[in-house]
Amino acid sequence: MTGTITKPAAIATVEKKWIVRGHERCSTARFMGWLAPWIGLLLLGLYATYLCFRYGLGETHLDNRFGFGLWIFLDLAVIALGAGAFFSGFLLYILKWKEIKAVINSAVVLGFLCYSGAVAVLAVDVGQPLRAWFTFWHPNTHSMLTEVTFCITVYLVVLTIEYLPIILKNRKFKSIPSFLVFEWELHKLMPVFAGVGVFLSFFHQGSLGGLFGVMRGRPFAFREGFSIWPTTFFLFVLSAAAVGPSFIILTTKLVEKITGKRLVKQDIYRVLAKTTGVLLTVYVALKSLDTLLWLNSTSIRAGVAPWEFYEFRPFGHATLFTEIVIFGMIPALLLLSRRLRERPGVITLGAVLACLGVVFNRFVMTIQTLALPTLSFDEFMIYLPNWVEYAVFGGVIAYAVIVYSLSYRYLNLFPQEMELQLAPKEVNDVSVR
Amino acid sequence: MMANTPNTATAAPVQENRKIRRFGMVINLDNCTGCGSCMMTCAVENNCAPAKEKITDRTGITLMRVFPVNDRQPMPVRQAGFVPMPCMQCEDPPCELVCPQQAVELDPLSGIVDQMPQRCFGCRYCMAACPYHARYFNWYDPEWPKGMEQTLNPAVAPRMRGVVEKCDFCHGRLHLAEDQAAIDGNDDYTYTPACVEACPTQAIVFGDLNDEDSEVSQLAKDPNSFRFLAKLGTEPKVYYYSEHEWRRNLAERDMNGNASRNEGKEA
Repeated sequence: MTGTITKPAAIATVEKKWIVRGHERCSTARFMGWLAPWIGLLLLGLYATYLCFRYGLGETHLDNRFGFGLWIFLDLAVIALGAGAFFSGFLLYILKWKEIKAVINSAVVLGFLCYSGAVAVLAVDVGQPLRAWFTFWHPNTHSMLTEVTFCITVYLVVLTIEYLPIILKNRKFKSIPSFLVFEWELHKLMPVFAGVGVFLSFFHQGSLGGLFGVMRGRPFAFREGFSIWPTTFFLFVLSAAAVGPSFIILTTKLVEKITGKRLVKQDIYRVLAKTTGVLLTVYVALKSLDTLLWLNSTSIRAGVAPWEFYEFRPFGHATLFTEIVIFGMIPALLLLSRRLRERPGVITLGAVLACLGVVFNRFVMTIQTLALPTLSFDEFMIYLPNWVEYAVFGGVIAYAVIVYSLSYRYLNLFPQEMELQLAPKEVNDVSVR
Repeated sequence: MMANTPNTATAAPVQENRKIRRFGMVINLDNCTGCGSCMMTCAVENNCAPAKEKITDRTGITLMRVFPVNDRQPMPVRQAGFVPMPCMQCEDPPCELVCPQQAVELDPLSGIVDQMPQRCFGCRYCMAACPYHARYFNWYDPEWPKGMEQTLNPAVAPRMRGVVEKCDFCHGRLHLAEDQAAIDGNDDYTYTPACVEACPTQAIVFGDLNDEDSEVSQLAKDPNSFRFLAKLGTEPKVYYYSEHEWRRNLAERDMNGNASRNEGKEA
């Protein structure tokens, strides 16, 4: 009986020794309480995954018309949002924007979680996951999906390598000399990995757009372009790079809200917001141009009156307006204005709209493309995911929250945290890029 | 190491001394009564497992599918008909381009778009890419009730769960014809897919489009023949024939925005 009383206290004492020196973290019991519902959701996701593996994908609401559904749409969205990792790596290591150092660790962890989560969902989504290696053995070099598979796999390895030194800097691991040496050596190589990561990311974000742009059989998605790359290739790269910084803003603000701490200085948010603003403006301009070309040329040559696509409810003209104006032009203008960027509320709003925009774009490219008829006697079809699909994705979200929570608790995700903790009022708002 | 990779490069030497065919079909829509014999025969010939209770018209496997169509006129002047749709065996197949692991291949000898279920890992990208919805995914394990396995066709391998399949112009029959031709030492062979054989009104004509004298070749060139979604540039080898203009107009989408000409569900 005594043992059961003292045990939690003993665990708490040991557990505290893993927390970064100087970081204030909640009690072990409170942390466990935070994790409990996420573990529950993770278990539900694992059960749904078991159903798919045991009985087949008939357990979902996917069908022959909607071969791609909730999973592929959210995978694309998550990978676009996870672009924050590669793009902040690009800003820090290639363009030498030193301010980014304040969020790079968090961005790497988020990137790792987005990509590993997406790969986990893909493993459930494909019919024969054990054959995934066939792509490496019998690659069809003409397929955009081959490029996506190669790049995502390699980039996940790169992200793991980038994550490793952050883990090895943990207080306990640091006490092992060989770990410290390994971490130091890795750290020296990091700009190389960041460079490789940037290269791979540019390509696979593009290939994900290319997936849809090359589908000649789907006039709604098909786009012409340069050489082998349809315009969606470039638009996906640009949109992912644009919203990556916004996703970092939102996640950092969310962690600040949940923990009640200030983790980065305000000027970091402004730098990130401006980055999104500039890139999103370019994206919206090019996306509008691409849409005009498609409306007036590409679609008509494929034998489809483009406005017909918007006659099928719920995808009306409002879809196009929402995507380009509400989720594109408005956040771009909000974040581009120096005066508006002074207000944290505007930054949050702009970042939310920008992230919703990329999610909505991926939804349109995946779900609307498949819902629209192609043959003259085709019907417009509706697809609603079932609980198995939601649960599997919920499980991945839970996995991400759990790993991020553990990382936040035991690792130094925000290097400015300690500084802000010691001098909460004075250290703030130095420069605005 | 990759000797078993059946790509066009490895197949090329074989081509040199063999006749190159382009098997195709012309389906006479005026003769089709929508009886569904082709669908039924196709399923039996190709070892499609009986549908489970949960399976719907959107998750079932119908390598040949008959769609009901009409001219969108009000009753009682409305005219109706049927469109049987197998895989169009495109000469420039959008599905072959997208498959990441070469599970789809345009056979240079027969012009048939082959699907290798053993190679497929079920990503379903080809299904998204096909404008004719001619590809079907195995959502469940194929199961035959006890005793029914006796009906299986030994010339065709059943497909496993989690892979995509489609019409391949009855490759079991093609292989048998090729084997016989090899035995006879005569490369001049043809064969008949199951749907062609089963059609009670002889609405489907099948043969080598490369053979100028063949019936299929002649019919394909008829002014009343057309192909679906020809503007997409996929070059289908399945042609349709009708002497009625409204049926020929089904080929492309109505550019005036008349959305759909399918009154109800598929047959």
